[in-house]
Amino acid sequence: MTKTKERRFNPDRDVNPWKGGYRPYDIAKEIVICFVVMLVLVVGLAIVFGSPDDKAVTIQTWSNANQVDFAQTAITELDGTSATAQYGPPYNNVADVSQKIGPFSPEALVGVHIPVNTAQDFVIGPLETVTNSPVLTMALNQFNAASPSQQANWESAYATAVQKAKVFHNVLVVPLARYGPVGIMIRQLTDMARSGALDTSMINQDHFYGTDYTKSLLYVADGTYFSDQGTALHLSGGQWGMMNETGNFPGQAWLWLYSFWYQIPPFTTAWEPNADILVSVLMMILSVLLILVPFVPGVRSIPRWSRVYRLIWRDHYKGRE
Amino acid sequence: MTTLEHDTSSSPEEDAEVSKQWTTRIRRRLVEMLPPERLIPDRQPSFLSSWIYIFGALTIGALAIIILTGMVLSLEGPGWWHTSSLGLFVNSMHLWSVELFFFCMVIHLWGKFFMAAWRGNRQLTWITGAVTFLVSVGAAFTGYVSQTNFDSQWIATQAKDGINSTGVGAFFNVLNFGQMLMWHIVLLPVGVLFLTGLHILMVRRRGIVPPFEDGVNDKSETVASGTQEGTPS
Amino acid sequence: MIGRSILGALVNLTKPGMYVHWGFIQISVANLIVIGLMTLTFILAIAIPFHRKGGRS
Repeated sequence: MTKTKERRFNPDRDVNPWKGGYRPYDIAKEIVICFVVMLVLVVGLAIVFGSPDDKAVTIQTWSNANQVDFAQTAITELDGTSATAQYGPPYNNVADVSQKIGPFSPEALVGVHIPVNTAQDFVIGPLETVTNSPVLTMALNQFNAASPSQQANWESAYATAVQKAKVFHNVLVVPLARYGPVGIMIRQLTDMARSGALDTSMINQDHFYGTDYTKSLLYVADGTYFSDQGTALHLSGGQWGMMNETGNFPGQAWLWLYSFWYQIPPFTTAWEPNADILVSVLMMILSVLLILVPFVPGVRSIPRWSRVYRLIWRDHYKGRE
Repeated sequence: MTTLEHDTSSSPEEDAEVSKQWTTRIRRRLVEMLPPERLIPDRQPSFLSSWIYIFGALTIGALAIIILTGMVLSLEGPGWWHTSSLGLFVNSMHLWSVELFFFCMVIHLWGKFFMAAWRGNRQLTWITGAVTFLVSVGAAFTGYVSQTNFDSQWIATQAKDGINSTGVGAFFNVLNFGQMLMWHIVLLPVGVLFLTGLHILMVRRRGIVPPFEDGVNDKSETVASGTQEGTPS
Repeated sequence: MIGRSILGALVNLTKPGMYVHWGFIQISVANLIVIGLMTLTFILAIAIPFHRKGGRS
């Protein structure tokens, strides 16, 4: 079936049907050969290079490696100053923190769909599952019964004191100050973390089978320990991290353009507070442009202007058919 | 060619009814769009004379290995490769087949771009290819966050900010391993395979794009073209 | 049955990554090699003659 259209012939859009010769072509053989070639390459690369498998950071490994960092993170979860506590939607309702594009904040519009209350979910809730420590139970009762301003005073005092915390004979030592029951709470939480019980608590808070690691990951990512590991492996955002892999393996090199924008002004300067939404929207626009290349004047003319085709079809042009 | 045995004494009314059936109409339309010799050709245009043309098939070869190794990994579950040497080897094959998949797909894309392969009513061929590329990036990403190791922890906690900023993160939670794994092994492979299938059917339907006319950069073509339908390959 | 000795990698890529810095561009040597190989392969694919006789069908 052919359609006849009377419009100006545009060599970047149109082409006359091929009226020249054909020759035999074994498509089934080509497919099999290509599969075998790929299989040989894949097996060869797997034998020679293998694949990376750096062990995951658990709350247990984190707190055992760096009790001070864990305690410093834990108090920010309790007092609501951690990155997760201050994130805003989709985790919690914090005003004016969501990124904007112009006046528009898709994040804020969609709202909270994955509720995370760091004080309850990361500190108080797990501690309340400990039933064999009268000292902890008393501390929790005292904390829960206190007024919000009293709680805030204790939290603030602890947050200041824990900056000078040390580990002495494998025990976390926080200078004394007027932090009331918070000292006991964070100490017991640190012990819980070091035993592995906090990892389990994050996954199984309401149910037996856990496959959602949202809370565990947010908790671990709030600490300095985790981000230090990533930076040491050259994986952070300012290091083109999204395209990188641990060790010397190639990563997701096809994410190069997405990573690129995060390295240059104004995304690193004036637009930095909204860099994520701006880069995301930019990449969406560029993706749509890629899809619509056949319709974009100028871009669709590049193949003709560049004359790379003269190399691809040189046999045809030389008449060696 | 096979002929369905049927009662030769069927009435004209029966024949008329059969020819109006959805089944018959769909079959007719499909055969019209893609007759067998076009669907599975045994000839190619003689202008096809470059190694660049094999990269589409190489990409599909890599995709087949991704799927096969993925199926082996599925047999034993997502934690297998951490504790088994064979599992680690299959995981390595899965990783390198993904690297080769994108390697070949991008070279194929470059080749098709410089051939302006959308010409002659072949825009949908390009579009299905570009969309397949983007969905593949998503499929790879969900794979990376399903590794259950440090890399997956890192990628998920970093990527969440970009995805959350668009509002999509509220529904597509990269920190939710169960969700990400199911997208990776069910939804996105189905998407990639469906789109790849569409892309291949488009290539078969419209044929391989002929070369630019000789001297296309020297003269402007202002004559109205009679036909723009694709060439059977 | 694949022997254990084959399953371990022959080349150890798990050592700390090597990176190339050029202005604001930072790229791993691994990714650079992949991108370099892709570019080279593309150039070779369009430059190397495609002989039909006795070659691919």
